[in-house]
Amino acid sequence: MIDGIVKGRWPWVVLAAALGVLLGVAGFTLHYAEGLSYFSTDPRACANCHIMKPQYDGWQKASHHAVATCADCHLPHTFVAKYLAKASNGWHHSKGFTLQDFPEPIAIKPENAGILQANCLRCHDDMVHDLVPGAARGRDTIACVHCHSAVGHGDRAGLGGPLRDDERTKR
Amino acid sequence: MSKDESRSASKSRRWFFASLVLVALATAGVTALLINIFERKAEERTPYVRVVEVGEDDTDPAKWGKNWPAQFDGYQRTAISTRTRFGGHGGSEAMPEEKLDRDPWLRRMFLGYAFSIDYRDRRGHAYMLADQEATQRLTKPQSGSCLHCHASIMPLYRKLGGGDVFKGLDETSKLSYQDASKALRDAGAAHPVSCVDCHDPKTMALRVTRPGFIRGIAALAASDAEAPALPSVALWRSGSRARPYDPNTDASRNEMRSFVCGQCHVEYYCGGKMPLQFPWGQGLRVEQIEAFWDATKFPDGSAFYDYEHKESGAHVLKAQHPEFELWNQGVHARSGVSCADCHMPYIREGATKVSDHWVRSPLLNINRACQTCHRFPEAELSARVAVIQQRNYDLLERGGQALVALLDAVNDAKAKGATTEQLAPALALQRRAQWRLDFIAAENSMGFHAPQEAARVLGEAIDYARQGQLAALAAAGSPASAPAQPFGDAAHPAEPGAAPAAPAARKDPPAAPSASGR
Repeated sequence: MIDGIVKGRWPWVVLAAALGVLLGVAGFTLHYAEGLSYFSTDPRACANCHIMKPQYDGWQKASHHAVATCADCHLPHTFVAKYLAKASNGWHHSKGFTLQDFPEPIAIKPENAGILQANCLRCHDDMVHDLVPGAARGRDTIACVHCHSAVGHGDRAGLGGPLRDDERTKR
Repeated sequence: MSKDESRSASKSRRWFFASLVLVALATAGVTALLINIFERKAEERTPYVRVVEVGEDDTDPAKWGKNWPAQFDGYQRTAISTRTRFGGHGGSEAMPEEKLDRDPWLRRMFLGYAFSIDYRDRRGHAYMLADQEATQRLTKPQSGSCLHCHASIMPLYRKLGGGDVFKGLDETSKLSYQDASKALRDAGAAHPVSCVDCHDPKTMALRVTRPGFIRGIAALAASDAEAPALPSVALWRSGSRARPYDPNTDASRNEMRSFVCGQCHVEYYCGGKMPLQFPWGQGLRVEQIEAFWDATKFPDGSAFYDYEHKESGAHVLKAQHPEFELWNQGVHARSGVSCADCHMPYIREGATKVSDHWVRSPLLNINRACQTCHRFPEAELSARVAVIQQRNYDLLERGGQALVALLDAVNDAKAKGATTEQLAPALALQRRAQWRLDFIAAENSMGFHAPQEAARVLGEAIDYARQGQLAALAAAGSPASAPAQPFGDAAHPAEPGAAPAAPAARKDPPAAPSASGR
């Protein structure tokens, strides 16, 4: 019986049909999750997955709102580096949000902090080159946002994570 | 079929099944992801589903919990016992440890007051009513006013006041605690603080319900005391003042996130001689509240006091738990950080944001309570709090010893035949010292809500206690002489508190709502 099904063209029709279903569902998922929006630089795309909502809301009211969007500060401005950063962050974000296994409150990673600092200097270099002698990043360099923490997202805001299992028990 | 053909058929069969399984797994994975995304999107669109109607008389939190399970879940966790270095409960599971045994000077300070019988560590919101009903303080006559904050009591106030909650409050002060508690049970059910106490059942918006708070904050607004942490008070003062300040219409949403807590975590009079009263008519600082009580008269015209100290005979004040007042003096309040920001921080549940209704010490929740603003390692933040609280504790213990020395000196002077008149200055100083000491001891943050202010208050407490000791020594005829006019009085104003004319900086208009609102 199995031999009968597996013989000839049939098996490949079945496989093709299954693959078609996979492609269809995957395509729909990509559409439903607004996957293509991540290729844009629209700030709304950054708040798609809800986690960045407080940061997005804060940015709307912050001083840089009129002059810089998420991508202006958080992504490199050369093509390859930009898409590498998008890919790496996209992977971490979607994995984190799907599996819900990331530490909260969320904090910027060192490599992303470097990108951010470079972008501060990209616009403000003429003003501050005396303050950041030598390298724009590295151990001895002061991060602009250490003091100017409110320029991007207003007063600091964020959410703590959900209650962990070990918190449900006594302490 | 040849052997080769058969082998190739079985090989392609294996390929076929392997591919089919892979495609099936991949499809299952993608579908799971799709469902996950769908759920998150649904969570964001519909934060809650109202499956039962709730109204003003629904004091049972379990009923509200059907609509707001995440919040109810947190609320129920207030039954879990928690412990920090200075807060929370030791002792057995059934009953927290007696503070009086740990700090004997507390018992001596409260002699003549029911708190000298029983005064234990705190427990969570879930226990507020049960612990109040179980305390040995009830062996002495206690007033029905206690229930203002120990129970979800608004239906009873409406019933007793014929719809007027202010009248209802005044009625309960005439009842004994036992009678008021029985009336509460007769009127429906007795629950500790509940959803309806802080939330409008129609809109879930925050609101204050407690008549004591509404009267108190209106009196504060009507005074000219500075209230830099409460921008809506400044806004109301700049208006026509045609109607009293009403927190439910005048306060910002952010202020409401502290006001709901300020309905109870405050200083008040809750004895039986007059209705429950919040002492804010001259301001929120320790000496402003003291001045308010000093000017207060009981209905029979006699001067206000909480109890007569059993050893010395001084008419002294008892501080309740002035968390709201001390918070008002601190940098967090000034920066627009509300009680809820640290004690009920926002937590993420999937794609939704809820405030954690497991109200507890931020020290048990540093990542959510502190780190959303202070981006420093948890250990560093916790160490900083430890230093602040330990310093406050050390000063507090010093104050306790100073007060004990004052009481000893008074006893000694009495034994040597000093008259009540000769002892009057020492007893007046006892009232001041004890009021300040208790203000910080009874306050539940171990100084953290406003560290510098707490240190100032304790410094004054220690000074007044030692001045009182000198006065008692003088009354006993000892060669040590006390100053005729205690330092810190109107003649020698101690900065900044007792000074009648506030320094210029304090006259600055309080920050506009947009600047300090968060």
